[in-house]
Amino acid sequence: MTDMNYTMIPLFVALPLTVSFLIMLLGNRVRWISDILCTLCTFVLCLLSFYAIGVVNGHAPLIYKVGGWFPPVGICLVLDSLSCFMLVIVNSITLIVTIYSINYMERYTAKNKFYALFLLMLAGMNGVIVTGDMFNLFVFLEIGSIASYGLVAFGTEEEELEASFKYMIMGSIAGLFILLGIGLLYSYTSTLNMADMAQVVSEKSGSKLIGFVSVLFLVGFGLKGALFPFHWWLPDAHPSAPAPISAMLSGLLIKALGVYALIRVFFSVLDATSLLPVLMVLGTMSMVIGVFLAVGQWDFKRLLAYHSISQVGYIMLGIGLGTPLGIMGGLFHLFNHSMFKSLLFLNSGAVDYATGTRNLKELGGLRERMPISASTSMVASMSIAGLPPFNGFWSKLIIIIACVNAGRPVYAAWAVLASIMTLASFMKVQKYVFFGELKEKFKAIREVPFAMQFSMVLLALICFLGGLLLVPAVSGDFLQSAVDVITNGKEYAKIVFQSLR
Amino acid sequence: MTYFLCMIIFAVGLYAVVAKRNMIKIIIGIMVMEYALNMLFVLFGYRQGGRSPILERFQEIKNIVDPLPQALILTAIVIGLATTALMVALAVRIYEKYGTFDITKIRKLRG
Repeated sequence: MTDMNYTMIPLFVALPLTVSFLIMLLGNRVRWISDILCTLCTFVLCLLSFYAIGVVNGHAPLIYKVGGWFPPVGICLVLDSLSCFMLVIVNSITLIVTIYSINYMERYTAKNKFYALFLLMLAGMNGVIVTGDMFNLFVFLEIGSIASYGLVAFGTEEEELEASFKYMIMGSIAGLFILLGIGLLYSYTSTLNMADMAQVVSEKSGSKLIGFVSVLFLVGFGLKGALFPFHWWLPDAHPSAPAPISAMLSGLLIKALGVYALIRVFFSVLDATSLLPVLMVLGTMSMVIGVFLAVGQWDFKRLLAYHSISQVGYIMLGIGLGTPLGIMGGLFHLFNHSMFKSLLFLNSGAVDYATGTRNLKELGGLRERMPISASTSMVASMSIAGLPPFNGFWSKLIIIIACVNAGRPVYAAWAVLASIMTLASFMKVQKYVFFGELKEKFKAIREVPFAMQFSMVLLALICFLGGLLLVPAVSGDFLQSAVDVITNGKEYAKIVFQSLR
Repeated sequence: MTYFLCMIIFAVGLYAVVAKRNMIKIIIGIMVMEYALNMLFVLFGYRQGGRSPILERFQEIKNIVDPLPQALILTAIVIGLATTALMVALAVRIYEKYGTFDITKIRKLRG
């Protein structure tokens, strides 16, 4: 049985694709079937990703050879500890968001189409995470992106269409830059397999082309991940989508398609450590600028979207430090940010569901009427602002300590400043939405349905207990082995080729 | 030399996306960028006087064109088709709502 473990890797892509097809086929005939199928599919994927931890961590990576062709000729899917870490994040949040959207999406027509696109997006993200082939990475990237363009425009009102068009133009340009980079790399190394490519690049060192290609990838993945100079599509696109999709986009898509792909290409394939200071500068700038723009916002979801830019900045700062501690902080913050940002978007969805508005000025005093939403959003706000004992505190602390240890106290100071600004803007959210006087027209609102409450409480629990991931006795080497994959980026080719035999 | 031509076409497309105000022209700009890349990929695989990579018995093959970029380009064209179709569909819906293709007049989102 242990030898057959590698057969589970293609399931991460194939299962959502199949179910998305089935939903389009059967959804219109049998009511409820799309809910059941989608929940079941994400549940199975979530279990599989947890099972993968035990198989992969501390062992050699699993490799699936598509069609039986040996790499470097054929495409291979590689599941190592870093992929495993990302898979757990992506699939567990997807499960929670699916449970949430069973009730939430009743407001929209065409729920089946929603589920189909949702699963396509999941397939794209999982594909980007497990793939071991450069061109395959591009294909999955585009699958995920195209599904997300459709989902942003799902409401088909003026704002949604406009946001989706903007997002789409930026996304296409990003995709083309990445494709150009892949093409140049192919002409340079005459291979598309990541491990093989890494080997050739390290043998043929000292070419200017690698620098050019790294910049192309930085622009492409930076656009997908909303890094500072490329961030301005995000505050339009993310709030326009339905709330569960905002949670997916902000919590997962920018990380799987932007941050993870950037890490994988820079550390494992190109070994472009000379660009890390650039990452740090861009990360710090997006951290500070994102939070400054966020403070002045009055739309609940738009405010959260600006905070996504800021928090991705933290992740990039941690990764860009390049020290093991910094990378650990960055990855841990990636985990935490997916949890609390998804929770905040689900909260905003709950407020929208109950009251029908997202404008902070019109809301107030919802604490009395919606106790579950209020307390879970309190947990999430404190996590994102970095108050102990919630998870956000620990990851920000690690990043700041890593900055100081690496001899860059200025970056640490910016990180602290951004954290204080985050606290300020979330105090504003809490004050205007959940505290204060209950407005007359909201006297009759009720708490959201059970499934929505359930998923919010689940995420709040993870936010509360997330700090325990740092304790090896609880998490095993879940986090540490993912960090090791990045710090040993140069070894990637060797490790993959060894486990092929 | 031809590589630079591809890069120039790519830059022309990028200019259209950045500088034009009409949505349709922006979409055309993206398509131009795509075609430039497609051509570049095929050029990567081209060999002077090369023949098609079909293996035949009793024949010694000396100089063949690299078929892999062509296969990649097929995939890229299909992806480009999907993106373009979705973009045009969105443009039509936006035109129905706003009555214009001018992106400077389509500004409901601010801040």
